[in-house]
Amino acid sequence: MKLTGAQIILECLLEQGVDTVFGYPGGSVLNLYDAIYEYRDRIRHVLTAHEQGAAHAADGYARATGKTGVCIATSGPGATNLVTGIATAHMDSIPIVAITGNVPVSSLGLDSFQEVDITGITMPITKYNFIIKDIADLADTIRRAFEIANTGRPGPVLVDIPKDITANTYEYTRREIVKPDNYSGLAADAEYEQVAELIRSAKKPFLYTGGGIISSGADQAMKKFAELVDAPVSSSLMGQGGFDNTDPRYVGMLGMHGTVASSKAVSECDLFIGIGTRFSDRVIGDIVSFAPKAKIVHIDIDPAEVNKNIKVDYQLIGDVRYVLDHLNLMLEQQSHSDWMDRIKEWKKEFPLHVAEEYGELVTPQYVLETLDELTGGDAIITTEVGQHQMWAAQYYDFKAPRHFISSGGLGTMGYGLGASLGAQVGRPDKQVINVAGDGSFHMNCNELVTAYKHNIPIIELLFNNNVLGMVRQWQRLFYGKRFSQTTLDRNTDYMKLAEAYHIPAYRITKKEEVRDVLQKALAHDTPVFVECVIDQDINVLPMVPAGAAIDKPILDIKIDDE
Amino acid sequence: MPKKHVLSILMDNNSGVMLRIAGLFSRRGYNIESIAAAQTENPDVVRMTIVTNGDADTLEQIDKQLSKLVDVREVRVMTSENSVKREHVIIQAGNSEENCASLIQVANLFRANIINVSEQSLMLELTGKPRKIDAFIQLVKPFGIKKMMRSGLLALERE
Repeated sequence: MKLTGAQIILECLLEQGVDTVFGYPGGSVLNLYDAIYEYRDRIRHVLTAHEQGAAHAADGYARATGKTGVCIATSGPGATNLVTGIATAHMDSIPIVAITGNVPVSSLGLDSFQEVDITGITMPITKYNFIIKDIADLADTIRRAFEIANTGRPGPVLVDIPKDITANTYEYTRREIVKPDNYSGLAADAEYEQVAELIRSAKKPFLYTGGGIISSGADQAMKKFAELVDAPVSSSLMGQGGFDNTDPRYVGMLGMHGTVASSKAVSECDLFIGIGTRFSDRVIGDIVSFAPKAKIVHIDIDPAEVNKNIKVDYQLIGDVRYVLDHLNLMLEQQSHSDWMDRIKEWKKEFPLHVAEEYGELVTPQYVLETLDELTGGDAIITTEVGQHQMWAAQYYDFKAPRHFISSGGLGTMGYGLGASLGAQVGRPDKQVINVAGDGSFHMNCNELVTAYKHNIPIIELLFNNNVLGMVRQWQRLFYGKRFSQTTLDRNTDYMKLAEAYHIPAYRITKKEEVRDVLQKALAHDTPVFVECVIDQDINVLPMVPAGAAIDKPILDIKIDDE
Repeated sequence: MPKKHVLSILMDNNSGVMLRIAGLFSRRGYNIESIAAAQTENPDVVRMTIVTNGDADTLEQIDKQLSKLVDVREVRVMTSENSVKREHVIIQAGNSEENCASLIQVANLFRANIINVSEQSLMLELTGKPRKIDAFIQLVKPFGIKKMMRSGLLALERE
């Protein structure tokens, strides 16, 4: 049948099973939005306050559901407003398809009104991008975009569509879509045998999991692998929830704000297996002193990550679930009771803690641990970027994948609120809580209107310390306490702000209010705002300074101002 | 130790493909010494020869990062054992009738072709290994090079 380009786009989204898109209309996508009106009973469009919010929402939706997130923006500023969101998804390997309008083909390259070369701009931050100049290519390009986003290591794909393409008509035939099957690997049997032999002969193995566990759905295979190898398991920020944080083998995060037990174990281990990870600089710190006694094995789907940031001894390239399933079949039960006992002692000796001196003051640790208790560790936690992000990762116990949603690679302040909306839309059955700091909140707080308008019942849990706490922490440690531009003291009345957005709000200033307020917030079926007033000098600990050896983390920071 | 490496890349002839390759080299800090690209016998496919330099680890990364690009079909490292390498140069040189006569002798020595003649200068072309091109340019230099264009290295794997 003959359809307009705009209709073909939506038909192609339906082929892919897309039922929700996030976006913002504009001149170059008028035809597309006309079709969105026509298809409104089949595709839900969530209007955000800003295109950046739409990109983060699509990303949060993808991370929470495992499906592909879709966002739509008009040409020019609409398209450029997606850029931070696309870059965020790119750094964390999240499958999203961004659809942008552009000026008609005949106006391209003439500096037309609201024209921008968005394929040129997004080339380094997408897995691939397209500009469509012939309607005959439209349907197959959209299909290809979804295929690329989900094949191998996932990532964002942008499709730029000039306005006349969406207005013209062309023949469309529905196609049945088979989702790309990544369950395969490139490693040879001999390579598997080498690694299995290494595991058999190791006395102190250490397992480290990244976001690849989550994107490949390898959490169960990982659980079994950890049991068979009988080794401690740590996780990157992106890997949170890929391995149950309450499992006795879990030793906490590794890296800049990892646990002491993790860094001690890495420095002692004789076999280090990194699984679904890219060995970020935030994890390895000083390369020379990282896992100095260990043979390093790298398991990942992307061969380009092997030997990029750290030299490894062995590699197994393939889908992480596939590789782990394979190893699980080869391995006999190993036992390292002495090693596991030492791990247990380190965990006991160096627990994560906030110094007791805070007494009756509200601490993020107390708030997050209470939240964990009240939600049974089953909520989806999204975060902004900064101290609160690390606290959320440290003090909420993630038990399953797709429950911790955070901008790990790009570190995008302003990510969380949009992402929480996407996560909640994708998982209406879940409690979604965006943990925020006051700095990040002010970057994209406009998305509260989206929560209200679409009644997306997230909880915005704001830690208000009146400072850019993470930067302040660095300034205290490395810049002689010159707190340049990080003391906010903006005196925002968050209760009034939330009220203006018709969102019920609570304020916590004392420890005894925490439980009661969180319980009340959790009882709402509308968006809720909770402000926790905290001290400006609670630091994220332990801390390994950038590029330093991870075996010597800072455990205490003296606050001796005045 | 940084060394010179020659890569032969087969890629889909999509718009922006040159930008994707150049962008990858630039943002990851890899060097490009020369780049030559054109359609193959199949108009949907482009072959590109890139000369780069770096240590073995850098070469490994370049190879893998290129292979990740959606448009790239194949990346091969060209060595003197496995491939033939050629370069082409066009030079306009000479500044008088007398020195043009001597220039013709140099051209003959290298079996370069004279492809254009004007009153006081000649346009010469030569194909050969890069070292031969370098030597030719050195010898032509004293005659006054007005302008020149090298093709960049072309490499093809032996069967």
